[in-house]
Amino acid sequence: MSAQGAEPQPNYLTAGQSVRSWLLTIDHKRIGLLYMVSITLFFFLGGAAATLVRLELMTPKGDVVQPETYNKLFTAHGVIMVFFFLIPSIPAVLGNFLVPLMIGARDLAFPKLNLASWYVFMIGGVFTLWAVLTGGVDTGWTFYTPYSSMFSNTSVMSAALGVFIVGFSSILTGLNFIVTIHKMRAPGMTWLRLPLFIWAMYATSLIMILGTPVLAVTVALVGLERFFGFGIFDPKLGGDPILFQHLFWFYSHPAVYIMLLPSFGVINEIVPCFTKRPVFGYRTMATAMMAIAALGFLVWGHHMFVSGQSMYGGLIFSFLSFFVAIPSAVKVFNWTATLYKGTVSGTTPMLYALGFIGLFTIGGLTGLMLASLAIDVHVHDTYFVVAHFHYIMVGGAVMGYLGGIHFWWPKITGRMYPEIWGKLAALTIFIGFNLTFFPQFILGYLGMPRRYYEYDAEYQVLNVMSTAGASILAVGFLLPLVYLILSLWMGKEAGPNPWGAKGLEWEIPSPPTVHNFDEPPVAPERPYDYPLKEQDREPS
Amino acid sequence: MWDFPLFPEQGSAIAWRVDAVFFFELAICTAVTIMICFLILYYATKYRRGSRADRSNVVTDNHLIEVIWVGVPLAISMVMFAVAAVVYFQMYRVPEDASEVYALGRQWMWQIEHPGGKREINELHVPLGQAVKVVLSSQDVIHSFYVPAFRVKQDAVPGRYTSMWFRPDRVGKFHLYCAEYCGTDHSRMIGWIHVMEPADYQQWLESGGPTEPMATTGAQLFKSYGCSGCHSPSSTVRAPLLDGVFGHPVPLEGGTVVTADERYIRDSILLPMSEVAAGYKPVMPTFQGRIKEDELLKIIAYIKSLGRKNERVEQ
Repeated sequence: MSAQGAEPQPNYLTAGQSVRSWLLTIDHKRIGLLYMVSITLFFFLGGAAATLVRLELMTPKGDVVQPETYNKLFTAHGVIMVFFFLIPSIPAVLGNFLVPLMIGARDLAFPKLNLASWYVFMIGGVFTLWAVLTGGVDTGWTFYTPYSSMFSNTSVMSAALGVFIVGFSSILTGLNFIVTIHKMRAPGMTWLRLPLFIWAMYATSLIMILGTPVLAVTVALVGLERFFGFGIFDPKLGGDPILFQHLFWFYSHPAVYIMLLPSFGVINEIVPCFTKRPVFGYRTMATAMMAIAALGFLVWGHHMFVSGQSMYGGLIFSFLSFFVAIPSAVKVFNWTATLYKGTVSGTTPMLYALGFIGLFTIGGLTGLMLASLAIDVHVHDTYFVVAHFHYIMVGGAVMGYLGGIHFWWPKITGRMYPEIWGKLAALTIFIGFNLTFFPQFILGYLGMPRRYYEYDAEYQVLNVMSTAGASILAVGFLLPLVYLILSLWMGKEAGPNPWGAKGLEWEIPSPPTVHNFDEPPVAPERPYDYPLKEQDREPS
Repeated sequence: MWDFPLFPEQGSAIAWRVDAVFFFELAICTAVTIMICFLILYYATKYRRGSRADRSNVVTDNHLIEVIWVGVPLAISMVMFAVAAVVYFQMYRVPEDASEVYALGRQWMWQIEHPGGKREINELHVPLGQAVKVVLSSQDVIHSFYVPAFRVKQDAVPGRYTSMWFRPDRVGKFHLYCAEYCGTDHSRMIGWIHVMEPADYQQWLESGGPTEPMATTGAQLFKSYGCSGCHSPSSTVRAPLLDGVFGHPVPLEGGTVVTADERYIRDSILLPMSEVAAGYKPVMPTFQGRIKEDELLKIIAYIKSLGRKNERVEQ
């Protein structure tokens, strides 16, 4: 494809092999890999906690662990998965790797800040892990007051401090991306020629720098109350416990979009590549992501319909929540329309993308049900909510992450993963996921509350199904870990552009050289400029 | 083994409405999901690589189509919002004829007290067909009073009163759960709602020895905590008389007016400086930490009873 590919220049992986060259690297590609290794570790730790939770829930009575342990396990699962896997996942791994490549830049705007953000992330992570592994935390990932501030005897503050610290890594990454996207685009790379992945990163970064400080403030206030007796959330001191929920969800609802928008970005790259046609409605897709980022800040109160919020508060938040669903719906329709008259190939990334669209649709629509006041009063804090957000977080965010990892694996490592194993794993995850979480919708409508260590016997069959699904899901997640690592030695050479994809990152060798582009790249005239053919007669 | 429920029983007047909204939305959501999945699979098959399907005139932008698929979902979702909001409104507004019962959440049990003084733990007996308003509070952390068969749920929040109501329309025994995570034994903070025929309910109320009505106990507490020292006609300290206050507007220092509801009475006892009635000096000491949660409820019940006495006089 490109002339540089043949040059014997060292790529970013071979340039410097020492530990020091990795730990002190300011190359955005290596930092992306540092993040990949760290969050994979966190993912499997969080997954181990989930496995124990599902084992406990096989039977109605508590038998595998003690109730205290169970509460610590679901808290560990939530805290690790949300703050240390989902939020950093796509932005910190794929975003770090791809943002400069996609816009034709040498690196991010602030390479040292980028490395610092990884260290901040690791410090926060180690802090929280230490709290979770030594004492444990039993507040749930939501840290509701006054339980967290005055009643829990567990290591709440060290875990919360870890979350506080890790927030700064989000802020630094977000800041870096925004500056990079504004100032470092290659000549000709205008806003409307940006790949949609970049738009997704931009929207995500905005939420990160606007929302994360609120989380930091909230955690700081809990600390002030716990240590110095400031009356903020504790009613005995004149505080208001519901204020905490407002502050917490003011960050944590937009945080759902921090986890989801990057997946939208990934799907926006995968779908055009494997339909070999431009994405349908480029401008609408970009606008929709920006609209989600903005509207996402206006709906936090839908987590609080039964908290004692006023009826009119409930009405307004319900109303606004329906609005935030519209841009997501439009994206689903546009992806579907992109398949129309495309040339669809069912590679592993495409399987993840199609799975994403289906599961995200279910997650989004059950979100509408939860935004509906009368229904939410019944299903709030039940397994219906658990099922809904796992359809969004796993069916949406994780499927997007895995799709993206497979799609750019050849670019990142220079090697192909084994396609047959890739498809098998994608299928296993899809089946395991649905078996795990679909029964939970029924459980929730039946009335089984979440975070229950023991439950009534009538819920057992559905819980056993869910646990069975979880074991399939676990196998599905372990498969890529094995074959992706093996592919580093056994995979066949990928070459610069194994998918025939469009985009600047595919015009340079795989793995890229340290400098990314040896000559200043020129942006293509249109994003996703796949040649359109009347009839596709290529042999399959 | 295969004999397990897939749908919760309906035990209250509101339950079928909630279910109706649910099935209405489920129908829409299922239709959309099937449509999307069908189109994805259909297009992915028809336009698979190597197929001879016609691919002429690929459209990459069509504003009309996009306006339609912004507009139609928006319209449908507004209908969903409205339908659910109407039923929510019905769930929220307590009917006039509702009888009251107090539920105090604490780690990890529900303490329930009927106005007549009858007390229960983790069980609530109610008569069939009678609307019941549950006034909720919490002694420690947030709990949530959840009766799946009635489709109602409300958090019990420390430091304030919340309430919910239901009108049971089937005799039987229904699950009561704590739905808000509250610590180690959260999943054991469960109980039963017993819906009884009115006659059986009367019999149950009268069983188990005589009880003191909450208002009577409240009157004794009102004296023993020294409230009556100031809030009585013979007092030398100028404090508002509380007869007939409950449920009526109270003008505050600074011009605002609040309704003297459970919250206001509670805050006036625990945080007396926060909302001082107009024309009075802020001299009342706080009772924070001295009065227990269940005692507060009794004092409130007493002040409520003063209000009712007064109204009867007005009539």
